[in-house]
Amino acid sequence: MSRVRADEEEYWHSSKFRAFTFDDEDDELSQLKESKRAVNSLRDIVDDDDDDLERVSWSGEPVGSISWSIKETASGSTSSLDGRDSSLQKGSSSYAALPKQASSYSLSSLFKGRNKLSSFQSLSDALTDTGVKNYAPELRRPKAEYKDYSSDWSPKDTVRRMQRGKVCSLERFRSLQDKLVLLDEAVAGHDGNVITAVLIFLKRTLRREILFRELEVRQVALCHLIHFLRETGEQKFLLDLLRFLDRTEEVALSQYREHLNIQDVEKRREFLKGCIGLPFSAEDTSHVQDHYTLLERQIIIEANDRHLETAGQSELFRKYPRKASILNMPLVTTLFYSCFYHYTEAEGMFSSPTNLKKTFKIPDKQYVLTALAARAKLRAWGDVDALLTTKNWLGYTKKKAPIGFHRVVEILQRNNAPVQVLQEYVRLVEDVETRLNLATKYKCHDVVIETYRDLKDRIQLTAYKCKVERGSAEEEKIQSILSN
Amino acid sequence: QAIVWDEYLTGPFGLIAQYSLLKEHEVEKMFTLKPGRLPPADVKNIIFFVRPKLELMDIITDNVLREDRGRSPQRDFHILFVPRRSLLCEQWLKEQGVLGSFIHREQYSLDLIPFDGDLLSMESESAFKECYLESDQTSLYHAAKGLMTLQALYGTIPQIFGKGDCARHVANMMIRMKREFPGSQNSIFPVFDTLLLLDRNVDLLTPLATQLTYEGLIDEIYGIQNTYVKLPPEKFAPKKQGEGGKDLPTEPKKLQLNSAEELYAEIRDKNFNAVGSVLSKKAKIISAAFEERHHAKTVGEIKQFVSQLPHMQAARSSLANHTSIAELIKDITTSEDFFDNLTVEQEFMSGIDTDKVNNYIEDCIAQKHPLIKILRLVCLQSVCNSGLKQKVLDHYKREIIQTYGYEHILTLNNLEKAGLLKPQTGGRNNYPTIRKTLRLWMDDVNEQNPNDISYVYSGYAPLSVRLAQLLARPGWRSIEEVLKMLPGPHFEERQQLPTGLQKKRQQGENRVTLVFFLGGVTYAEIAALRFLSQMEDGGTEYIIATTKLINGTTWIKSLMEKLEPAPF
Repeated sequence: MSRVRADEEEYWHSSKFRAFTFDDEDDELSQLKESKRAVNSLRDIVDDDDDDLERVSWSGEPVGSISWSIKETASGSTSSLDGRDSSLQKGSSSYAALPKQASSYSLSSLFKGRNKLSSFQSLSDALTDTGVKNYAPELRRPKAEYKDYSSDWSPKDTVRRMQRGKVCSLERFRSLQDKLVLLDEAVAGHDGNVITAVLIFLKRTLRREILFRELEVRQVALCHLIHFLRETGEQKFLLDLLRFLDRTEEVALSQYREHLNIQDVEKRREFLKGCIGLPFSAEDTSHVQDHYTLLERQIIIEANDRHLETAGQSELFRKYPRKASILNMPLVTTLFYSCFYHYTEAEGMFSSPTNLKKTFKIPDKQYVLTALAARAKLRAWGDVDALLTTKNWLGYTKKKAPIGFHRVVEILQRNNAPVQVLQEYVRLVEDVETRLNLATKYKCHDVVIETYRDLKDRIQLTAYKCKVERGSAEEEKIQSILSN
Repeated sequence: QAIVWDEYLTGPFGLIAQYSLLKEHEVEKMFTLKPGRLPPADVKNIIFFVRPKLELMDIITDNVLREDRGRSPQRDFHILFVPRRSLLCEQWLKEQGVLGSFIHREQYSLDLIPFDGDLLSMESESAFKECYLESDQTSLYHAAKGLMTLQALYGTIPQIFGKGDCARHVANMMIRMKREFPGSQNSIFPVFDTLLLLDRNVDLLTPLATQLTYEGLIDEIYGIQNTYVKLPPEKFAPKKQGEGGKDLPTEPKKLQLNSAEELYAEIRDKNFNAVGSVLSKKAKIISAAFEERHHAKTVGEIKQFVSQLPHMQAARSSLANHTSIAELIKDITTSEDFFDNLTVEQEFMSGIDTDKVNNYIEDCIAQKHPLIKILRLVCLQSVCNSGLKQKVLDHYKREIIQTYGYEHILTLNNLEKAGLLKPQTGGRNNYPTIRKTLRLWMDDVNEQNPNDISYVYSGYAPLSVRLAQLLARPGWRSIEEVLKMLPGPHFEERQQLPTGLQKKRQQGENRVTLVFFLGGVTYAEIAALRFLSQMEDGGTEYIIATTKLINGTTWIKSLMEKLEPAPF
């Protein structure tokens, strides 16, 4: 599959793989079965559906798996569930009968002789063995067991108890000193759950400035608090914290992220406007500025075009109704849209492609690519021609494609351009080999013939003669070249 | 009682418990967690099985608040957090005023889930993001706890090696936990000789490349979830022709993939190019076996044939399935775009043209290929060049946000923070040195009969696995220089074993190493380790543990900003 693909092709093609079927033999097999009813004891096995390695329901999931039964309980009614009982049991037992893997490096094989603990295969294994009791849920425990706030736990013990999932009251830790010791203990335990719990407590009981100051020298705890604030969406608190820490770029990004939660476009635009002044990196500053400008344009274009479309007076919109609103679309999509619906507009118009190109400093390559795709889709071959034509100051015209003419051909071909249009650009592909390939692929006979002529390749030209239609102009052309 | 499931958990739980088992424990009904009123069910207890996530707490709140208080008998609520009870979530429930509705709040410590005989995963999808983006080490705490459980079952691991900051943390926690619970000293004869802890960010390269093993490709293309894969049904047409071939199945075909299936165990870790020949050989064997029946003349012979039928039929259907899967994959691997993409990946990994804007990537952006594909390639280029030149980086970023939307500034920032995408600092590219010293690129790769781990990526030898290989022989001392170029510390710890438990190794007996990938592992890396286990003169067998089974796509996805607002 590396660079030597040919070899690979060969073996795939040389051996024929087809779904393995035995249909032609099915009858024979059943005849065999029929005639040998004597082997009665084995009938069950033979009758079994052939690939019933594990009992599988219609969705292909083994019956008895959890997600299967959820589906079943959710869809089936109570009565039908009882009926299924037996099949469920049977299903799961056949599932359990799956051959265990025989590889030499399995966990279980490491434990030859220690059957009980040999693997974690199933919950029941774990249940039967007291040594691994922590795998089983212990639901029924007296309430009192985890409500012992009263004892006077040290910070260390408190953290340890919390790590074991027990509820502890933190209110006893009153002084700043105590609280910080508690926090440091929690951090030392590395259990994010406990760290966060302590932070929630600290956040509630400490003044912001103090909390921030102390967290500044406790980076791990700080990260957890930031994560917590992000999760719970306490945006304002988070921004205050980041500002305090002078992590300005993060403040900016974090605030910018908020725009995703604003559905209303007008409000979103206003919000983005407010983001422009934020301390992003230089690179991101210009991106955010562009983001705002783009949305602003899109709002204008959208209002205008929706009106045009509903009025039904523009032929373009009638013929090609818009599939979706342009709001919140990426820049390149917007450019495509504008090349599609507003191609001829003057640069002064917000919706004109040239205006977009200038405002967002879209590189030539990107622009040509997008415009080409849009105009080709409309089959506006004249526009395509103009797009690729440049005039020098003497007034001479020349065809130029910043994306390379092979790409032009691809795009046009994808939009079902007629051969006459295609071949004009195929001819301009500089690399001879690529040109020949494209010309042959898209049946631009003239280009093929001319290229061989220029290469003075009689053999190829003669060979190509069989590929063109008999008695066609192309054949004549080849004939005349060959006879010269 | 009824269980309400966080849907994400049903997969992992399916691996350890069947419904029938739950039924034995008087579970009457099971539902998936979704907002709205809970379905009616004539049960006393409703138990929520959930991950400790705030958005799930919101759904539960909704469920509880809509519960009809007037109904009788009243139903009791319980909540079971997997893998850990979260005080944050409880706090959240409290703020919503529903915490008091739960009679029991417990946790089900499910740290490491067995996926195969030699593979354990925590299935914690966000572990990498939490560790490297948010500096939240909770998942490392769980990893350490999982390792303690493992040691309680399989004996104290005498040697611990590690590379990376997270590895260091986990080792520290393990040592601390051991000190704090002296009772945990057990008298079990150790199974593992060595534990190797590896940070994912020591080897950011490997997951970005397209995996080329059979299993790796299935995962890349269709995504394997909890050993199950869903495939397009067309190739799995009903086998009986008589059933009116017109209506093809529309439900995706779901298959379980693990080494319990003989054929799959044989081909899963092979390079895809070596799978075809195995399948055709198997087809011949099975055909021959079925042919046998023509020669069966006596009742005894027939009886013997029939007794083999179930096995043969299982083998046949297994072969049919994998032939279909191989066909599906082949359609993709032979496509022009797959080939072009792979060529660029291989150029980068072998160090060609990594310092300038790549034409193929530009073309893909222009044609609006999926963003994740673009990000994988750009990150790969960045990693293979120890960061991109500022100009190149800016160019890519610009093209990406102009084509896919400005909001992706956020994702790009995340990738930079994780070190996947960065400007080259100091103008120095360490990758060539690393590549040469660790022999990461092998020109003469043998896909059919591999002699080196590089077969899993058709030329590229996964860095992480190379580190494991070199650790076993000749030892890391030989690669000090390169280790220093990779992020984070490398270290060695020893855990004292009580006398009597120290292993006296027999001649020729293999050492067993547990490799724990912190932040995720790919199927191709697993294949490479299995390959090393099977090498005749290897001397080391590997068991693999990880926080999550990943591929480039799921990994990058976990780092992307969620751009859709939550549906509730």
